[in-house]
Amino acid sequence: MSLAHLLQDVLSLGVFFSVALLLAALGEMFNQRAGVFNLGCEGIMCMGAFLAFLPPYLVRTGPLAPWANLAGFALAMAAGVLLGLLFAVVTVTFRASQGIAGIGLQMLGWGVAGTLFRSHIGGVTGVEGVAAWRVPGLSRLPLLGPVLFNQNPLVYAAFLAVPASWYLLHRTPWGLRVRAVGTHPRAADSMGISVVRVRYQALALGGAMAGLGGAYLSLCQAKMFADDLVAGRGFIAVALVYFGRWSPWGIVGGALLFSLAQAFQLSLQVGGIKFPYEFAVMLPYALVIVVLALARRSRVVGPAALGKPYDRELRV
Amino acid sequence: MYAGAVVLLAALAAAGAGALVLAAIGKSPWATYAVILTGPLQDLFGATEILVRAVPLILVALGIAISFRSGILNIGAEGQLMVGVLAATAVALALPGLPRPALLPLCLAAGAASGALWGGIAGVLRAWLGVNEILSTVMLNYIAAQLYTFLLRGPMIDPDELMTGSGTPQSVRLPRSAWLDRLVPGTRLHAGLLLALALAACVWLLLWRTTLGYRMRAAGAGSKAARYAGIRVERSLLVAMLFAGGFAGLAGAVEVLGVHHRAIEGISSGYGFAGIVVALFGGLHPAGIVPAAVFFGLLLVGADMTQRSAGVPANMILVLQGVIILAIVSARMALRDAYAQERAARLVRRLFPARGATPARAAPGDPAP
Repeated sequence: MSLAHLLQDVLSLGVFFSVALLLAALGEMFNQRAGVFNLGCEGIMCMGAFLAFLPPYLVRTGPLAPWANLAGFALAMAAGVLLGLLFAVVTVTFRASQGIAGIGLQMLGWGVAGTLFRSHIGGVTGVEGVAAWRVPGLSRLPLLGPVLFNQNPLVYAAFLAVPASWYLLHRTPWGLRVRAVGTHPRAADSMGISVVRVRYQALALGGAMAGLGGAYLSLCQAKMFADDLVAGRGFIAVALVYFGRWSPWGIVGGALLFSLAQAFQLSLQVGGIKFPYEFAVMLPYALVIVVLALARRSRVVGPAALGKPYDRELRV
Repeated sequence: MYAGAVVLLAALAAAGAGALVLAAIGKSPWATYAVILTGPLQDLFGATEILVRAVPLILVALGIAISFRSGILNIGAEGQLMVGVLAATAVALALPGLPRPALLPLCLAAGAASGALWGGIAGVLRAWLGVNEILSTVMLNYIAAQLYTFLLRGPMIDPDELMTGSGTPQSVRLPRSAWLDRLVPGTRLHAGLLLALALAACVWLLLWRTTLGYRMRAAGAGSKAARYAGIRVERSLLVAMLFAGGFAGLAGAVEVLGVHHRAIEGISSGYGFAGIVVALFGGLHPAGIVPAAVFFGLLLVGADMTQRSAGVPANMILVLQGVIILAIVSARMALRDAYAQERAARLVRRLFPARGATPARAAPGDPAP
């Protein structure tokens, strides 16, 4: 295999792998910008991956079959919204510790998805999933064509979501409210912004995106569902938000960095370079720790109210 | 009273959510709960098995309680436990000739020390580099799990497994001198239970009767005030993480020395995460953790039984655990909220008027007001 081919494979695989992380991390960015640290992202992704898998698994033939994937995505996003709102009830209304509540949400998502999967489906089964869609014209560009323009539609959507998230956060009144609520909820409150409502909205949006990220895993990337399909990607997505300094541009960079590392490791494996498989799997997790340790040195600070429940009656 | 209300609320919420999931998979919630709660108590083996499960839960939860009280959230018990299993196994296999009084403590110490080391990584990162400990401990869990499978499939695999070709990823059986005594013949209940109970007492002493424990709790209650009072908060975070990791590592060592006598795949069955639930359920206090661990031991054994007899996946327990966590953290805050409490008190007064306190109490037969 020529070097150019290898490069092309690693790059297009990297882009392909990055989307689940990217979607979930963009959603998590909205949560954190609004001041809520949602560690339950992993659980939402699990539920999303499972529910998205369900319609195409159940409806393989018949007139409804072409719509099954779409129904899957919708179901995953709806479940994400519901779980996001549940997290909002616990952390915004009841002002629970967000870190511990996140672990609870993660267990809930894992548990429900795992139980339903084991009892209704049992073993690992594949679905047809979403096929790649070659963008006419652009896909014939050298190198960039196959890497960027021969992917499934959700890849394009996810990369379009990056500037869209930036626009939403920095150029719309709602984005301003989200940032205000995450930076100084008391000031926002005194300006008549409902901290509770904005945080609920941000968590619903973040949940929908995490659900979609999970759906991408089962319908686009793996084209199957297994108990451990998500494998910590929800946590990595949360870490990417820190790494990306709460900006969509930083997050897309981080998601690509991790996925390229993963794609590179995979192509080494395929290329027959002897390297214990377990260490290769370990690598991205270790990378997250290193990156988090280094990211702290930069001068950008996160949303000032991140992780702090807002209590209107509390006098400070 | 307050703690009881939280626990009751959480249990009810979990039972409700669990019933929904059971209905979704077409099982009767009542029948399933009946099997989970009474099945393990039918015979001696089942009953002792509850305590077998409670031992690692107690140990892990004690460590988690120390960390939570010190203001650092250790989510990494699962990984620390696996590292503890590896270290205890390695020591027992490396020094098989050692007499029992030396080998057994050495294995336990190795488990605790390696767990503390694994937790210490996250402690150092948090204390001096400000890395969010939840994220780092979660990542360390995945790394430990990979390390565990790598060693059990490669360097530490029983040569017999390779020779016979079965290739089950497990270590050589440990020398008998490294086994913990069985307390009840014919069951798997082992002396680790006594160790866990003794350590529960020690943790109480540590947290409420020593200066170190006071410093840790003060740092957890409010780091700014603690720092102002001259407590070195960073150091107390690290110490808490060392304790938390040490307890989880010890749980791993006890599990391999007491129950399985060799490192096997899936040795933990989620004790690290269940330990978080036990710690919260027990009110982050040793006196609450011990009964909470026994209760969760019952749930775990019962869940295994329903999986075998009724075909309800044991993952079901994760649903209950998740809801319990969400309910407990919600209730803690909601019940601590003065306004919510006032409203609740008013509601209680209206529903159950105190005798003599309300003059216009309607007696039966009185005309309606």
